[in-house]
Amino acid sequence: MAADVAVVVEHLNGTIAEVSFEMLGQGKRLAAALGGKLRAIVLGRDARAAAEACGTADAVLYVEHEALGGFDPEAHGKALAALCAESAPAVVLVGNSSKGMDLAPDLAVALGVPVVTNVGAVAIEGGTIVATSRLYGGKIHAEVQVAGGRAVLSVLAGAFPAEAGKSDRPAAVEGVAPPADLASRIAFQRLIEPEAADVDITKEDVLVSVGRGIQDKDNLEIVQELADALGCPLSASRPLVDLGWMPKSRQVGKSGVTVKPKLYIAIGISGAPEHVQGMKDAATIVAINSDPKAPIFDVAHYGVAADLFDVVPALTEKVRELKG
Amino acid sequence: MPIEKEKILSVEPERIREKSRFVLDGMDISGHWNRMFEQRVLWGYEPDRLDQVTKLDGGESLGWCYQCGKCVGVCPVDVVGDYGPRKIFRKVQSGIDLFTDDDLWLCTTCGNCLRVCPKEVDMIQIMPAVREQAVLEGHMPPELQDAFEKTAKYGNPLGEPARKRADWTREAGVEVPILAKTKRAVDVLWWVECYPAYHPRGREASRALARTLAALGIDFGIVGVDEKCVADSQRLAGEKGLFESLAEDNVKTLAKYEFRRLMVTDPHAYNAFKNEYPKHGGSYDVVHYTQLLAPLVSKVEWKKTLAARVTFHDPCYLGRHNGEYEAPREILRAIPGVEVVEMFRCRQNGYCCGGGGGGMWLDGFNAPHLEERLSERRVREAVEVGADVLAVCCPFEVSRFEDAVKSTGNEGKLVVRDIIELVDEARGARQ
Amino acid sequence: MNGNEPSPGETLMNIVVPLQQTPDLVEELEINADGTDIDRDAVTLQLSEWDGQALEEALLLKEAGAGSVTAVTIDGGEADAILFTALAKGVDRAVKLKPSGDAPTGLDHHALARLLAAAVAQLGADLVLTGVQSVEDLDGQLPVLLAAMLGWPHVSVVTGTELRGGAIAVKQEYSGGVMAELEARLPAVIGIQAARQAPRYAPVSKVRQIQKTAKLEEMPVEAPSGEAGLKIRRVFKPEIAGRAEILEGEPAEIAAKLVSLLKDRGLAI
Repeated sequence: MAADVAVVVEHLNGTIAEVSFEMLGQGKRLAAALGGKLRAIVLGRDARAAAEACGTADAVLYVEHEALGGFDPEAHGKALAALCAESAPAVVLVGNSSKGMDLAPDLAVALGVPVVTNVGAVAIEGGTIVATSRLYGGKIHAEVQVAGGRAVLSVLAGAFPAEAGKSDRPAAVEGVAPPADLASRIAFQRLIEPEAADVDITKEDVLVSVGRGIQDKDNLEIVQELADALGCPLSASRPLVDLGWMPKSRQVGKSGVTVKPKLYIAIGISGAPEHVQGMKDAATIVAINSDPKAPIFDVAHYGVAADLFDVVPALTEKVRELKG
Repeated sequence: MPIEKEKILSVEPERIREKSRFVLDGMDISGHWNRMFEQRVLWGYEPDRLDQVTKLDGGESLGWCYQCGKCVGVCPVDVVGDYGPRKIFRKVQSGIDLFTDDDLWLCTTCGNCLRVCPKEVDMIQIMPAVREQAVLEGHMPPELQDAFEKTAKYGNPLGEPARKRADWTREAGVEVPILAKTKRAVDVLWWVECYPAYHPRGREASRALARTLAALGIDFGIVGVDEKCVADSQRLAGEKGLFESLAEDNVKTLAKYEFRRLMVTDPHAYNAFKNEYPKHGGSYDVVHYTQLLAPLVSKVEWKKTLAARVTFHDPCYLGRHNGEYEAPREILRAIPGVEVVEMFRCRQNGYCCGGGGGGMWLDGFNAPHLEERLSERRVREAVEVGADVLAVCCPFEVSRFEDAVKSTGNEGKLVVRDIIELVDEARGARQ
Repeated sequence: MNGNEPSPGETLMNIVVPLQQTPDLVEELEINADGTDIDRDAVTLQLSEWDGQALEEALLLKEAGAGSVTAVTIDGGEADAILFTALAKGVDRAVKLKPSGDAPTGLDHHALARLLAAAVAQLGADLVLTGVQSVEDLDGQLPVLLAAMLGWPHVSVVTGTELRGGAIAVKQEYSGGVMAELEARLPAVIGIQAARQAPRYAPVSKVRQIQKTAKLEEMPVEAPSGEAGLKIRRVFKPEIAGRAEILEGEPAEIAAKLVSLLKDRGLAI
């Protein structure tokens, strides 16, 4: 059993998170390298439907219980620990999402195995698990070797292709009884859906996106003019939303939305992993940033390493000229 | 904020006294002709607001205002908005809480009101005193807080790493001696300040100045990475503690070096070194770079004629606050081909660029209260006198005016140059 | 325990806020000689951004009448400045933890959590608020490890809290603006993503005054040994994959190149 790989599948309102497919795809490869099986784990009040969408896995274990309805970190933690203690997989992949942050370190402590966070790459080298963690806003990576042959890996969204984890194959689902003890000191109370947004940036073909490099709220005008010239809305990275300069509905990235426009122009955005996971699949990415070493240039197709205050107005002008 | 919003009350019906039938001295004034109102009560009036200001150290003179209104005509903020010290006095007297009101952050401490005030109501003392209290109580615009935090953390309001403070020297084309390394006495210690050290346009001017100093054979050096923001604008924006703490550091740093004169690029630093640092144990023979260079213009080897109509914008903290109007003009007049034209607001009545007293970090916050930025108004004035170059000698101004040239649609008509950049160009040194 | 005597009928809690010092990313980070860590002699440390949010949230709870706030950090680096600033912002106690041996680095959260768990127990905390993450999360996020070691419930990625008797109501943020409301029985560890309002400013004069008058408490703690079970093979700067084609020239030239590129590809223009 110690050669198996388990993927904790995250789902909300019947939709499976993209990162779960990414992990299933990668999990399949890891299981093959270890000579074991890939198991998907789905927890919930109604988990079966989600379980059936995980055909990539060799087996899908689902646990259904009233206490697993909403995400209660303690109840979910107990159910997951019980399942993993029994099946003892070598590797458990958990998404580094809000829920995953509550689950991964907790599970590692419960199982007495190491945890690696912010995992962007993983390999098996002669039976040893080697994971690469993206630290310091993606500026520095650490390659670590896990002691003892077992680990919980908290995987960054967007690190692996989702296609490899999607399958039309009927899943071999298996309902597992929840552990006797799911008592929790936490009570899930309700889900709060976001208010209807003025613009749905996930449905736009073109986005001009702005980050901390804009420096001053007043400077937003400069990028707004470019967006106006292109006839598209503005989106933003988290800092600007936290500052209250941009509405939450325009936030791209981990705690915002994932966008896949045809053209994404990132202005003054350094490219922290939290942002990149929300826009890396845009068809064409243009990045304008004064720091030539900014990680955004890693995902961009076209880069301009210059002062945005010089380049953006010039670009606006050219766009206007062309559009007449 | 318009005062009407809170203070004008609609007339309550029960206060209306009106006789439907009334004949007075044979004249029929029935109906609304005889309408009278009972005295009304100003319920929004807070009588102690003015006391709260005047009891502060530095706040006293607000109470001396006798509403003559001379200040309003010269207040640069009133030109593009609805402001002016007289109005501030009246609003505070009738009950606004200046400590939490947006009006608190509009004053750029340019000093033009004090110049004309017969009662010496001193906004340059009043505003920082009230702002200091506001900052202590946590009321300040977020963008200003950001500038304070960056200044405290990095020693500059731009949030740039301290260790990159002297990086601009690499591309100067001449050696810029860093005193921590050369360890020798110099004639002129050049205090570069933050925008000239970090801002791309400030750096260009710094390089031009370095080349000019070298060409004139001036024995100079800079402090380098240990230099920290002089923070005079942060002081005027209410962060007195930050100013004092940096002043202590900078006085200690300067004590390590031997020099005869302290030359600054920034008029705000000039003001602080001249008028504030002596209170913190630092007394220096401080000169602005234009004052150092003006007597030397006959020694400059000019290689190019610029053929430009140049107008000069007096920095508030060099001119009005410290009385230097001639040195920058002397340099400009010495540049071959330069014709100097004056804007109608110049010298003692020079218009403010909007960057002083913390205004540099308040453009976003103040925008809703202004029809246009002060820098935009100033750029229009430069265009009006037919200038093709707006010359400046304060590091806040180049970027402010260049933005304003673009936003007022005057690109191609007017360029903004630091005086030293014009010198550098006419010397044929500009790279 | 905290100097505040509870008035009859109400329980005042002791909120402990562990503050981590992490490298300032404004500065370029360098790798150490053997390539197994960043060069810690060259970094500028600062209060971890998320811990600053946690501190603000704790102060908001205190101002709502919750009780007292104790800030703790490990001695060394910017510890004094961080704690004096916390006092200026309004915490009741500021405690410097003095490990018996080498303090764990930011890349060993297991050791850090072990050390803090001892401190939290000693301080008699009812509630721990700390940053949900840091820029150094290699072996698990600190609040969850800390909760696991204390045996307390935990909620991560929280953007607002409210005390309700012996429990804390929190908003947990998912992606896409979706949030959940949860209630955790105390004692608990809450990982704060963002406080309800931007962290307050500590005026320098206040900090300086406190530096002159207040004394930081010191608490000896056992320096834990490594238990993360990870061996760092190498720490490196990722190669910029060179995916981006970099456009160069004057702004106008760059703009022209870019526009023609977009036009050729039928994008937006």
